[in-house]
Order: sequence, then C-alpha cells, then structure tokens
Amino acid sequence: MSMYKIAVVGDKDTVLAFKSLGVDIFPVLSDREASFTITRLAKENYAVIFITEQIAKEIPEKIDQFRSQMLPAITLIPGNQGTFGIGIGEVKKSVEKAIGVDIIFGKEGEE
Amino acid sequence: MKTRVNPTRMELTRLKRQIVVARRGHKLLKDKQDELIKKFIDLIKENKRLREEVEHDLEMALKSFTMARSQMPQEVLEESLMIPAAQVNIDVGKQNIMSVNVPKIDIHLQEGSNIYSYGLANTSAELDNAISILSGMLPKMLKLSEIEKTCQLMADEIEKTRRRVNALEYVMIPSMEETIKYITMKLDENERSNITRLMKIKEMVM
Repeated sequence: MSMYKIAVVGDKDTVLAFKSLGVDIFPVLSDREASFTITRLAKENYAVIFITEQIAKEIPEKIDQFRSQMLPAITLIPGNQGTFGIGIGEVKKSVEKAIGVDIIFGKEGEE
Repeated sequence: MKTRVNPTRMELTRLKRQIVVARRGHKLLKDKQDELIKKFIDLIKENKRLREEVEHDLEMALKSFTMARSQMPQEVLEESLMIPAAQVNIDVGKQNIMSVNVPKIDIHLQEGSNIYSYGLANTSAELDNAISILSGMLPKMLKLSEIEKTCQLMADEIEKTRRRVNALEYVMIPSMEETIKYITMKLDENERSNITRLMKIKEMVM
C-alpha cells in the first residue's frame, strides 16, 4: 500500500473551492488541456480524479478509456453551473451494460 | 452445427469427456454470473443514492462559494485559499469481489486542524459555509468514487461472464452433442454393414 493523491479537474472557479481541502487542483481551460491533464494524472500517483461535468462532457472518450482500469477512478461532479445529469447517466450506463435493461432508473417514471 | 471429425471410438471418448467439462464449466459460470448480478444490484442502488446525495450537497456548497466569490475581490479570495489548512492522503487497497479486483479507498485526514485556511476579517460568511460543507463532504465523495468504480468494473465482468455462458450454452455444448450423435450413428452404421457382410460371406461359404 502506498500513498495516493486526489485531483480535481475543472474550470477555475469550481476547482478553487476544493483547494482548501488539501486536494490538488488542476484548472483547465480547453478540452484538449483537460484531456492531457487526465492522461498525465493517470500516470502519476493519482487514485481519484474528480472532474466537473462541463469538462467531462467534452471528452467522453478519454473518460471511457479508464472505465475498465482499476485506477484511477474518475468521478464526475457537478460544477458551479449545476448538474447536467451526466454523472448519473454514467451509473445508468453501467446498469445497462451489466443487465441489458435499465431496471434501477426505470422506476422513477412510475412513481 | 457439427464439427468435422473422424468417426472413431477414440474421438467419441474424447468428446464425451470434453462435454462433461463444458457442462460443469457452464454451470459454474452461470452461478458466478447470478451472484455477480446480485451483488451488482445492491451496489448500484447504493451508488445511485450516494450520487444523488453528493450532487445535491455539492451544488449547495458551490452555490455558497459562488456567492462568496461575488462578495469578495478575486485576489482576496485566491489569497485566502492559497495555502490549504488541511492535508488529505488516501490509501488504496485491493478488494476481491467474486474475482473482480476493485479499489478500496481509505482516507487519512489530519484530525483536529482548523479547516479554514484564512483569517475571518476579510472573508465573507458564505465562504465559511462553502468550505465547511465541502470539507464534510470529502469522505462521501471518495466513497462515491470507490463505489462507482466498483460498479463499472463489475459491469465489465458481468458482460464478460455472460458472453462466456452464452457461448458455452448455445454454441459449444450443442455442437458437441451433435458431433457425438454423428459419431455414434456412423459407428452403428459401420457395425451393421459389417454384420451384413459377414452374413453374406457365410452364405457364400456354406
């Protein structure tokens, strides 16, 4: 067991809020920059990467690339513009992949 | 769909042995799949709940933070947060759920230290609010991260297992059964033709 670090990637205004928690923040401006940052962080000792949905929705293929790897765990968080429902969409995608049909989220419509 | 084989007794024994192994493998994999799905459903429910919670709290915290930003000059805000008061380290171990390796995250927070990295004079109360919500949320966010990763990895494994189960159930086992049938028929046929031949010869000799 070795020590791992936590990273937060996103627009400057959102990540700044996390600075005081002692996690490493990486403000990015473009999706290209975000993509490079994630690749770099994955090689370094980052186990958990939080990324804002605004940025994440521009680089879905980069996020998918790490889906089947154990580390790093890339987790989507809502940015300061609120949630776009992509994070919960990722959960839905897992369900569909594993079971074939969505049995967890389908219930919401009935309630 | 039978495979092309020589209809010999040896081939038949070989195939019969193989089909026993295939059937046992199929049963084992099917059990594994059922168990994986059972665990997965429990986890995914937890995942959904946690994600909704985190998203809700985080939105509140970020709203406070945005408010704070509008009330304070940019430089003062950045300066206040420049040096973090807390230090977070995490340990990542491995956990094995049904032969899927998933990460297990342990968090090491420095306890007792002040979470505010700034003096109270120049900053707004909204900022204090945002920071206090956020610092309380970090363990929950990490937990979400861990569970979400687990779910993703398990979804992969379930998909893989399902493919294997289906390949065995619908392709390999039926094909072997057919081949075995073909060989038995062929061997029987040979037997019969042999008997007829013998009878014919006997008739000629007598």
